[in-house]
Amino acid sequence: MSTATKPTVATVWLDGCSGCHMSFLDMDERILILANAVDVVYSPVVDPKEFPASVDITIIEGAVSSVEDAHKAELIRARSKFVISLGDCAVTGNVPAMRNPYSPKELFERAYVENATEPADANARRMKLPVVGVPALRPHATPVHEVIKVDLFVPGCPPPADAIWFVLTELLAGRVPDPSALTRFGK
Amino acid sequence: MSVMTVQSLTLKIDGKDVSCQAGQTILEVAREHDIEIPTLCWLDGLTLWGGCRLCVVEVAGSPKLFAACGTACAEGMEVTTNSERLQKYRKTIVEMLFSERNHVCAVCVSNGHCELQSMAQKLGVNHVHLPYRYPKLTVDSSNDRFRLDHNRCILCTRCVRVCGEIEGAHTKDVKGRGINSQIINDLDQPWGESETCTGCAKCVHVCPTGALTERGTAVAEMNKKRQFLPYLTLMRENDK
Repeated sequence: MSTATKPTVATVWLDGCSGCHMSFLDMDERILILANAVDVVYSPVVDPKEFPASVDITIIEGAVSSVEDAHKAELIRARSKFVISLGDCAVTGNVPAMRNPYSPKELFERAYVENATEPADANARRMKLPVVGVPALRPHATPVHEVIKVDLFVPGCPPPADAIWFVLTELLAGRVPDPSALTRFGK
Repeated sequence: MSVMTVQSLTLKIDGKDVSCQAGQTILEVAREHDIEIPTLCWLDGLTLWGGCRLCVVEVAGSPKLFAACGTACAEGMEVTTNSERLQKYRKTIVEMLFSERNHVCAVCVSNGHCELQSMAQKLGVNHVHLPYRYPKLTVDSSNDRFRLDHNRCILCTRCVRVCGEIEGAHTKDVKGRGINSQIINDLDQPWGESETCTGCAKCVHVCPTGALTERGTAVAEMNKKRQFLPYLTLMRENDK
């Protein structure tokens, strides 16, 4: 059967704990109804490695923390008709943003030098700072909407499966949902 | 025995005719008539502060907004407690409170019992338009039983008022100005070294957020108990 006519959905995991994705998957048998109703074209739970050229609904979990996150967000925006910030990290910055009163340099010093014990020499520990193959941190971890335009906000840590189900089914029915009765900051 | 004569007034709130006694505030009269006006700094039993401005209302004939908690009713007044303009201002106030300090609901002991959090939900604040400030603030854990987390304080001063007015200790006060204001103990000493704090916990229980909490509580475990305040206020009224 062709899936060409189904709405396409992508989910993206930026700086978050994946709890929002877990909550998405935690909607019990309703996930089967969704699986029939939409085509999941890009997600940590499906195989494609490249973000598709055009997606109807993209769900973003996580804050924008690194330079790579920001690039991804911009690419997603350019290729998505409707972008949802899912969960407190995407919506408020949440736990990833707790580093923001400190500079990335201070953070690295704390994590890799002050709080590390090996090797014994502090300068040797400093040499082990991860700089190769990892994206640079931006000065602040920020909510997604500080980087790109977001069409719908679903706060919660994580947003309950009921809220995610409600949001997606309403969107598929052609309505713009207000999930505020089902979730809030910190839910 | 003297006969008290109290002037009574009539006014309209949201188009509804109401009567009240002279000297009553718009907030008092609205609540008597089950008309809801949101508040954060206001707390029944404490003196008026008027700091949060969530209770702003419109009064016909004036372009200004009035804080319902601190505005006395007047004869013939026409008050609007809910309009698109008021909703916009109230939402912005809540957003400013969130952006001003580091409120991280998900990892707060008051998660699920926080007035700022529930106010955001009630007013439909599902994200913050303003850039967050991320100030570097401290947590005072010097007291054996309580904790003061400046990251989560909205400067409502309920703690200052309950400590001064109800407990009579006046341990708590405010230092600094504007956005740099902070709650202090005594002359800005660590709470644990305070000589005036009686350890009554009233400040903890009137605090609307996770700024003042009991130690030993984990995420979402800090459920504030407010029942003492109307009770103590009633006892005090009876003594008069």
